[in-house]
Amino acid sequence: MSNLRLKYASITKKIIMGVMGLFLSSFLVVHLSINLLVLFDNDQYLFNQAAHFMATNPLIQTFQWVLFLAFVVHIILGIVLQIQNWLARPIGYKVKGYSEQSFFSKYMIHTGMVVFIFLIIHFANFFVKAKFGMVDEITYPDGKTVDNLGILIVNLFKDGYYVAFYVVSILLLGFHLEHGFQSAFQSLGLHHPVYTRWIKALGTLFSVVITLGFITIPIVIYFFR
Amino acid sequence: MDLTLKVWRQANAKENGRFVEYKVKGISSDASFLEMMDILNEQLVTEGQDPVAFDHDCREGICGACSMYINGRPHGPDKGTTTCQLHMRRFKDGDTITVEPWRAKPFPVIKDLVVDRSAFDDIIQAGGFVSVSTGGVPDANAIPIPKRKADLAMDAAACIGCGACVAACKNASAMLFVSAKVSQFALLPQGRVEARERVQNMVAKMDELGFGNCTNTYACEAACPKEISVANIARMNREYLAARVIAPND
Repeated sequence: MSNLRLKYASITKKIIMGVMGLFLSSFLVVHLSINLLVLFDNDQYLFNQAAHFMATNPLIQTFQWVLFLAFVVHIILGIVLQIQNWLARPIGYKVKGYSEQSFFSKYMIHTGMVVFIFLIIHFANFFVKAKFGMVDEITYPDGKTVDNLGILIVNLFKDGYYVAFYVVSILLLGFHLEHGFQSAFQSLGLHHPVYTRWIKALGTLFSVVITLGFITIPIVIYFFR
Repeated sequence: MDLTLKVWRQANAKENGRFVEYKVKGISSDASFLEMMDILNEQLVTEGQDPVAFDHDCREGICGACSMYINGRPHGPDKGTTTCQLHMRRFKDGDTITVEPWRAKPFPVIKDLVVDRSAFDDIIQAGGFVSVSTGGVPDANAIPIPKRKADLAMDAAACIGCGACVAACKNASAMLFVSAKVSQFALLPQGRVEARERVQNMVAKMDELGFGNCTNTYACEAACPKEISVANIARMNREYLAARVIAPND
């Protein structure tokens, strides 16, 4: 058997997509856990302490670049794969197919794009401000002085339009995760007569928990604070 | 039953095609879909028109030659059947049926509903075989094979290469076909010898021909007349990963 030169590797791209996707999912868990702290007190003490830890811990600060790279790779590969997929069928069908078994897989590029736009706005609102010292400091009664990121969140979530945009974006992120989570396992070759069913269930549960978790925060702040 | 057909007509690979509407009357509900197409063609020939070209061979659901995209589904609405095994009782009197060719860049239309599926042959030539140059027929029981593996290999080998997976996939991906062919060899000791090379060569050829990527939508599995499982795709992903990264010399 002669060895062809490996110019293309669709499976390699999909494997990288899956690994990056799962890594980004783990980041969501951390992000959500910290965000939820904002609901537990009225002066954002807990949240600001956690944010301060994240911003100063050297391990987290190093990993932040890994995370950034994962985002870039996931987004670029996603776009490349999608363009190749569009090119693979230059003339479409008159009657659209409907035999798919994972509904949200059809809209990964669309949900992904919205999440990407959300990410840019999110970056401008929080990350950039925090990095360049545009956040006011607060000194708590116990003497700790930290950046008051918590008040940024509370103020933003008082804006109804922003809350609506946030909720819709997170909802679409949930759809993205619902397919992405189980799909990553398949791309990595992890298919099992018994466990695959559980992976799919876990993926659905994960997407619901993440979505509800993130959505709860603006809803509570907008309506009850 | 009386039916309205919207059929894709295209004179040859170079010309642009279009949908043409035909009426067929008095079709028996016991007729197969291809027999209904035969009746339409007789009607067209009688009227002095060019009959609709479509692929068909065994008409027993085993060869994989027939290839129509009927009302948004490859091989029509029935699960686990080819177009030739689809019967008109699945439709109602007065129905409008849209018939399209497989749509994929590597499957160019030759005429009407006939597409060139030799891209699949190219993939097979890239590695879908076991290199045995000479020798007599080996004894059937000389190499012990676990029953479970033999069954899985047989399930994968049931693929008839009709291309319904490509037609159904939103990305025109050939992953189900290629993975079935990779699996049927990788699962058996005779094919295992070249498994690492095979998966790389077949995937490289598949990509080179311009098939799309797998989004794990599993429309392929739903459309496959032989109900080939997407577990084969996962197996191919594993094989590929192992061949490239984990154990390239294994």
